[in-house]
Amino acid sequence: MSLAPLQLPDYREKSPEVAARFQKIKTRPVVLSVRDLQKTFETKDGSHVAFQPMSLDVHRREFICIIGPSGCGKSTFIRIVAGLEDSSGGAILIDGKPVSGPGPDRGMVFQGYTLFPWRTVRQNVMFGLEMRGKEHSVADVEARQWLDMVGLGKFEGSYPHELSGGMKQRVAIARALANEPRILLMDEPFGALDALTRCKMQTYLLQIWKKVEVTILFITHDLDEACFLADRIIVMGANPGRVLEVIENPIPRPRTTEQLLSPEFIALKHRLDELIHAPTETDEDRLPMIKLTEAGDEVE
Amino acid sequence: MGLRDRLGLRHELPPRRRFVLTVCSFLLPLAAWALVSYVPWIWHPLVRVTDPGGVDYYVPGMAVERDVFAQEAANAVKQGLRPPLGYRVNPVYLPPPHKVAVAFVTAFTTPPRLPSEPWLLESFGRSIRTIFWGFVISSIVGVPLGILCGTYRFFARLQEPFIEFFRYLPAPAFGALCVAILGIDDAPKVAIIVIGTFFQQVLIIANTVRKVDPALIEAAETLGARGWRLMTGVVVPAAIADIYTDMRILLGWAWTYLIVAEVFGTMSGITFFIVLQGRYLHYENVYAAIGMIGVIGLTTDMILAWLATVLFPWKRRRSSARRRGAPRVNPPAAAPQPGTGEPTLLEFPGPGAATVDATVNPLRSEA
Repeated sequence: MSLAPLQLPDYREKSPEVAARFQKIKTRPVVLSVRDLQKTFETKDGSHVAFQPMSLDVHRREFICIIGPSGCGKSTFIRIVAGLEDSSGGAILIDGKPVSGPGPDRGMVFQGYTLFPWRTVRQNVMFGLEMRGKEHSVADVEARQWLDMVGLGKFEGSYPHELSGGMKQRVAIARALANEPRILLMDEPFGALDALTRCKMQTYLLQIWKKVEVTILFITHDLDEACFLADRIIVMGANPGRVLEVIENPIPRPRTTEQLLSPEFIALKHRLDELIHAPTETDEDRLPMIKLTEAGDEVE
Repeated sequence: MGLRDRLGLRHELPPRRRFVLTVCSFLLPLAAWALVSYVPWIWHPLVRVTDPGGVDYYVPGMAVERDVFAQEAANAVKQGLRPPLGYRVNPVYLPPPHKVAVAFVTAFTTPPRLPSEPWLLESFGRSIRTIFWGFVISSIVGVPLGILCGTYRFFARLQEPFIEFFRYLPAPAFGALCVAILGIDDAPKVAIIVIGTFFQQVLIIANTVRKVDPALIEAAETLGARGWRLMTGVVVPAAIADIYTDMRILLGWAWTYLIVAEVFGTMSGITFFIVLQGRYLHYENVYAAIGMIGVIGLTTDMILAWLATVLFPWKRRRSSARRRGAPRVNPPAAAPQPGTGEPTLLEFPGPGAATVDATVNPLRSEA
């Protein structure tokens, strides 16, 4: 059986409705503005460029995915935006005002589980509210509401270790959102989950994003995830870390899992694949041909 | 089920077998002791004389070595005299279990020989008081300092090199100084326990605090926590359960220092009792007193372990998560309630943590 190459549409082609939506997004105010941000690590043998100067404007309620292979500096980038690491140059502006250091205006969901194990689920969500000086009774009520929104109201009294990985990340999202951040930074938040749970979590996230006034900057290395979630996809390359292309995602919203098999989706994914998996195989990718056992030639 | 299955590398044991093994761990040494005590041909190197016979220097009740006794008996027979009679016994320093068991009770009820000598209960009271104050004084300074050193590099650099040096100075070496400065009563004893505990405490707690997951601190920062609140709201609660375990281990070490400390100045407490009973050749009382220290230590530790399950409910995961086939997600109703967690012998927070550390040489172990 031979496979005929798929006839894929151009990944830049958008329906008029989608094009209009992008037009509308661009008219919205810029929430996060990154200006010539760059990062260089000083190491023993000279300096190593994490990523070259990059600029980015994120509009209100936009969902941006940054995708790239490991070592492209995407995680470093989001950590700098969150204020957890210093940049080597450039500026980060939230609503036009420069920021430095971490703050509640930039909520963050990490890849690892960072719920406080000594606090119950509800107390975890209350943490940020307490830090901002909200009264206990107010924080308590608000935390419940946020938990209800992520569908975990029943688990408010549980400790994090009693939850599954996906539930932990939902609590982490609720905890970050409870602070009503201007932008939600997500650093491969579903990377540690199994494929099925990850798929569910993506759907949950889109539902939450629809209900809550929040802008999202999402880091991933999963092509499907980026195509499924994002408005705009920023593709980064490694060595040195840099932006390869910014793609406006032509897949209409609301997104459904059926779209994963649509020609538009596959075309977009194909393009990302081209960008991320470099066109030629390097010598490193090819294993040396060493035969240690008498292997037959049944396997091609 | 074969032996291979029974031992099962790292397998969880069923509760019943765990209990049986726990009992056995005490019964086995006891059985060995009983064997040596009650079965005459295993050891019993002496002969207790019941009838001196023709040996003129033997008196009833005296214990002589077996070969000497045999020789004297042979001599007596050779000279046509009556051979001495006797039965085999163990040396006086190895009393049989039943005598020690009786002493466990009588040691408390027997009045001291001299009015100036303490009752056993008084001795214990004094020892426990000494340990308590030594440990409290050390902890009041040591715990906050340890947390500070573990959190801020500044304090760690400022304190730890000297503490690291001081830690190697054996606490009893300061005995003479403590007596000179603090007099001969309980103060120098408390001071020696403080010296023995404090320096280890700072380093161990600093190390524990340093092990707090930095991701938790970062998460707190992105939620708006800063400075002091980051410390009280994240660093301390994240480390507190492990600090508690450290304290349990340190308390065990303090007991070791106690026995040394009580020798300085006027000998006091349980050490005084033991030395005194040894001098009177009441070795069963010596064993009883030593055993009592073990009982007090183990009981305290078990109570503290149980208390930990109440104080730190989020740390109870280890025993439940390991159980095979346990559901990962418990609805809140099925969540363990505080106080019902089973306190098992030294198994909190995880097998190994307390058991292993507590058994290393307390005088020289590293954090």
